[in-house]
Amino acid sequence: MVLVFLQAVAVAVIKKSTIALVALYVIINNQSHAAVLAEDRIDVLYHNYDGGGITIDGPSVLVRKSIGNTTSISANYYIDSISSASIDAITQASSYNEKRTQKSISIDYLYDKSIMSYSYTNSTENDFEAVTHSFNISQETFGGLSTISLGYSAGNNHISKSTDNIFSQNADTKDYRLSLSQVFTKNFLMGLTYEVITDEGFLNNPYRQVRYISPSDPNATIFQDEKYPKTRTSNATSINFRYYLPYRAAVYGGYRYFTDTWDIEADTFDIGYVHPYQNNWIFDVSLRFYSQTRASFFSSLFPFVDAQNYLASDKELSTFSSNAISAGATYSIKKEKLSFFEKGTLNFYLDRFSYNYDDFLDTTVTGITPGTEPAYKFSANVIRFYLSLWF
Amino acid sequence: MYINKITFHSLSAILFILFTLVSANSSANETSVEAPNFTLKSNNTKNIKLSELRGQVVLINFWASWCGPCRQEMPELNKLYAKYKDLGFTIMGVNVEENPTEALKIIKDDKINFPILFDSENKVSQLYEVTAMPTSVLVSRSGHIRYIHRAYKPDDIEKYKKWVKELIRE
Amino acid sequence: MKRSLFLFFFIIVNSGCSAEPWVKPYERAHLADPIMSFDRDPVSSAYIEHVHDTREGARGAGISSGGGCGCN
Repeated sequence: MVLVFLQAVAVAVIKKSTIALVALYVIINNQSHAAVLAEDRIDVLYHNYDGGGITIDGPSVLVRKSIGNTTSISANYYIDSISSASIDAITQASSYNEKRTQKSISIDYLYDKSIMSYSYTNSTENDFEAVTHSFNISQETFGGLSTISLGYSAGNNHISKSTDNIFSQNADTKDYRLSLSQVFTKNFLMGLTYEVITDEGFLNNPYRQVRYISPSDPNATIFQDEKYPKTRTSNATSINFRYYLPYRAAVYGGYRYFTDTWDIEADTFDIGYVHPYQNNWIFDVSLRFYSQTRASFFSSLFPFVDAQNYLASDKELSTFSSNAISAGATYSIKKEKLSFFEKGTLNFYLDRFSYNYDDFLDTTVTGITPGTEPAYKFSANVIRFYLSLWF
Repeated sequence: MYINKITFHSLSAILFILFTLVSANSSANETSVEAPNFTLKSNNTKNIKLSELRGQVVLINFWASWCGPCRQEMPELNKLYAKYKDLGFTIMGVNVEENPTEALKIIKDDKINFPILFDSENKVSQLYEVTAMPTSVLVSRSGHIRYIHRAYKPDDIEKYKKWVKELIRE
Repeated sequence: MKRSLFLFFFIIVNSGCSAEPWVKPYERAHLADPIMSFDRDPVSSAYIEHVHDTREGARGAGISSGGGCGCN
């Protein structure tokens, strides 16, 4: 038995198979205790985003059920119903109503102290389809005080154009995640995550255009299609904490640093407080501060046609900051009203976002010299209303 | 000092094997150590001392209301208790929580019949070196620890049944 | 070389399985409380992360997992 194991390790080392070695280690390391799978539950959520001329709403239903002792399956059905007269739509005269449907299924397998997961996600709109495969392994160590997780996702997007039957493009995404969470004391928990995402292919929006100053009239602009690099690699590092307060409440927060090959740098801070009230209420309040610098090829106005190799005017690639406040309440439904469910909650969250752009201009303001429009800003309200039932 | 690539990889492999073997363990231990004595308050207002139960087979179960697998285990232990209590078997459900409120709720809701003890200062948990939740310790009629079972998965109750039957026959 | 270093790191971290945890399994009442979960309602946090990702240039390194009751 030991000899077979030695041979297996030798082969794995020689063939440079790190994954095999890690798997072997995990399998052999038959500690006395194991981890636990997530609880069986069903969640029915209604979401509503309203801001900047767009309303997007729809349901998200999530069901999770364990099968035997070692497996848990979950499935999610999600819809975004978009009705838009956003700044992009107004200035480029293409308001629209659209629907995006996303379905995903995942399976978790518990082996001793490790949980291995696979998930498949498919997202479709009338001119966009995305398929993603994700793998994850997470393991508890140090007597359950540390959890280390490794994840990998591969996705493929197919982009078409509702105004052009011949148009057909692809993009591929690869996503690598490493995360470590650590229990420091009976009341204090921290998490550290590192994620690298690389995209390759057609990465822009086929409908969106940029504007440049007309050569014949400095007060007029002409549109041309946006042009993005064919690759993008980004990395993000985040640190999070959660602290239990003696009277039963929790304070939490985190910071994320992001940077990518398009020159975007972003900082995200968040801080929150959870407060249970009496026996059946939980209140949650949080603040989020986000700021980013623009992509190297972003501009709200270009001086002439093909002014750069790459051209973008998308507000998501501009210099801006966004602050949000979120407040939510969770109500525990009394056991008598639950029939065969073990536990149930009714939840409501309201988030208010305010976006302030530095160099993305409000081109709905007309009659002035192009390039002197005021910087754009808008607010949005987001509602989450959901019922969760455990069985 | 230049380390040859092959030596380095070989050393990695050897160290890897050593660490693996050192860390490996098993989920159930068979021992023959005398069960450390203790006295705890119980849920029927009188104190219970382990040594007073000598002559019976005792299953000491460490549990908490916040522990999912413990909650799954409780009704099964209740059935086990009902089945073998007249043959010289008893269970001591040692609750490890500072505040017994949630535990008392569970005992009432699940109609638990076996004695529940409150180890609110975790002295007995430390004494028994509890390294997993839940942990079940099987003590023979002579007061020796014969089996320790860490963690709980739905079919583990069969293992307990087997051990109880074995220890009752002694 | 990098791979062997990764394995060393992985081994050290995992050998901690045999190390004595300073927060005992029976002391995890607070950590097991749902309010201490990094992700109490995944359907809700997935949605709000999607709201962030689609309007911002940054992406990734979202919700952590871990802590909890440490049972089994």
